Amino acid sequence: MSVGAPSEETALDVNDLHVSFGNPRRGSLIRAVDGVSFSVRKGEIFGVIGESGSGKSTLGRCLVGLLSPSGGGVLHDGVDPFRFSRRELNRHRRKYQIVSQDPNAAFDPRMTILQSICEPLNIAGEGTRAERREKAFAMLDRVSLSAEMANRYPHEISGGQKQRANIARALMLDPNVIVCDEVVAALDVSIQADMLNLFARLQEQFGLTYVFISHDLRVVSHISDRVAVMYFGKIVEFGPAHAVIETPLHPYTEALRSAEPEINPAAAEARQRIILQGEIPSAIAPPSGCRFHTRCPRVRDICRTQEPQQRQLLPGRHVACHFAEEMLGDREKSGLGHAGGNGADHAASATNALT
Amino acid sequence: MQQLAETTTAGQDTLLDIQNLTLSLRDQSGWVEVLNNVSLSVKPKEILGVVGESGCGKSMTALSVLRLLPPRDSRLGGKIMFGGQNLVSCSESQMNGIRGRHISMIFQEPMSALDPVFTVGYQIEETLRRHFKLDRREAAERAVAALDSVGIASPRRVATLYPMNLSGGMRQRVMIAMALVCEPRLLIADEPTTALDVTIQAQIMDLLLGLADRTGTAIMFITHNLGLVAQSCHRMVTMYAGQVVEGGPVKDVIAGPRHPYTAGLLHSIPDSNRARGTLPSIAGRVPSLRHMPKGCRFGPRCSYSMQPCELPQNIENEGVADIDRREVRCNRWEELELRGVGA
Repeated sequence: MSVGAPSEETALDVNDLHVSFGNPRRGSLIRAVDGVSFSVRKGEIFGVIGESGSGKSTLGRCLVGLLSPSGGGVLHDGVDPFRFSRRELNRHRRKYQIVSQDPNAAFDPRMTILQSICEPLNIAGEGTRAERREKAFAMLDRVSLSAEMANRYPHEISGGQKQRANIARALMLDPNVIVCDEVVAALDVSIQADMLNLFARLQEQFGLTYVFISHDLRVVSHISDRVAVMYFGKIVEFGPAHAVIETPLHPYTEALRSAEPEINPAAAEARQRIILQGEIPSAIAPPSGCRFHTRCPRVRDICRTQEPQQRQLLPGRHVACHFAEEMLGDREKSGLGHAGGNGADHAASATNALT
Repeated sequence: MQQLAETTTAGQDTLLDIQNLTLSLRDQSGWVEVLNNVSLSVKPKEILGVVGESGCGKSMTALSVLRLLPPRDSRLGGKIMFGGQNLVSCSESQMNGIRGRHISMIFQEPMSALDPVFTVGYQIEETLRRHFKLDRREAAERAVAALDSVGIASPRRVATLYPMNLSGGMRQRVMIAMALVCEPRLLIADEPTTALDVTIQAQIMDLLLGLADRTGTAIMFITHNLGLVAQSCHRMVTMYAGQVVEGGPVKDVIAGPRHPYTAGLLHSIPDSNRARGTLPSIAGRVPSLRHMPKGCRFGPRCSYSMQPCELPQNIENEGVADIDRREVRCNRWEELELRGVGA
């Protein structure tokens, strides 16, 4: 969705990141994020898809420095924020903002919207009072909220308006990166469409880099340039958004895609429905081998014992599944099914769809 | 049960027939109308989708059918015909014989519908013993069978657990088991999968539709997810600001919506098969209940709005055969050429 082509410079470098909670000696260690690597280019919208318990929110919090990694690391524009002192980190973090799902929880009910939006600048100690106010009004305008909203209290405005104000506040410190954690999940579809348009427009205006976290495949694939699919603390597949969604190379992505209810009756009929059995396993006792093997419809013996390595199958497409090559072969053979073109330029469109 | 079955099948072939239902609720600042002339019907074994955004009145319609509203602070008008009875005028004790037995309901958040201090097995037994003459043992056996029927792997063990011991998907399975244990004729499912992950949602929908099919239960399926409606319902109605604005067979409505609001909802959903870019959205927001527009309630947000829209809009019916009947609350529907999905 981003308009300017993302540059080659990276805004975020995530290298073998681990985030764990709990106590290993008491056997209650939860590896919420377990060895995740990817990089986000400047000006890119990077989507992270996953169900509850996949570790996507933990990842998001770690990306902006709200949680410290227990292994591996994150580089912000080449700098390791976790080596900073507390004070330096607080300064540095201004450029890395997070917007979370519930706009109701994000505002102090006793502060007006204007006060809440000015707060980041007050804390940072930037500008005079008048300058801060002026900037706040400018930001309200940017997120299409009228100036009269400024003096209202959170309970006096709708959920969609609150989420806009939430974004305005995140923009106050001119961030480089914004992590959006399920920002549209609590909104009605018509409002959700408005918000997605707003995100795209702001990205264009400010040259922002987003990490867009959501459980909603449609939302993520609509807005993102590239997506990563997470399952149980690991990235199982990542690559260009359209390619990953249309021609998944991991059985989990395939199942997610198929579980998404389809509105178009023709597309629904063309699609094979895969209903996964079981639920995400217990976080304390992860399954051996491939973590998806307990629910995978394509499971074989090797999956139970050996963990699949992430590898690049096609330019820019990384998959961690023992049988990804096989799936790729099937896709190529079947001419990519519904995703490909028709007839003559089949082969060409097939390659395009995959990368 | 027997009596009910006869009256409905002999009388007319609708199971639930809501006619001109109005509902007003009272808060600190007085009475406010929440539902305005809602008419809809569910046939035996049919799955009816009710769609609309938050605040459109879809849950209020469901609560009205089961009369789960505070009696002093709510006023119902119109008729809710079910099994030859008008539920609007039923006594509380008559309602108790209907709730859970002939009409049951599944809520969005199973945790708030299950009692945290009783085991799930006990809660299912309670429903059974309320409606049938069963001793505890028989009821317990049937509760375990019900848990088994919703695909719970070790039903005997799960029956002894408390709601807090279960995951969201498992709780929703328990809710379904409880709702269907008396084999009701109508199940009202209010956003039953909204709080669940998509892969679990797919499991639960599959289960729900399979069980309803087996027991011959009709479903009034309330959701904001048009995809789920497209996938599982026979007919649908769209609600907006306390009114039904469109109704008809799901396939027809999706391929050719007649109300601009239905069309707007259909197009505001990101679709991976469509070119990316700006998503069409519906400008503005739902009007406040106290300040309803005088004419068409959707008028202020409608991109087709013009002079005649300032008059109140009536539901217009079309189609002779009852099954294919479509209805729309828009004076201009014949002139508008609204685009559907997949047509």
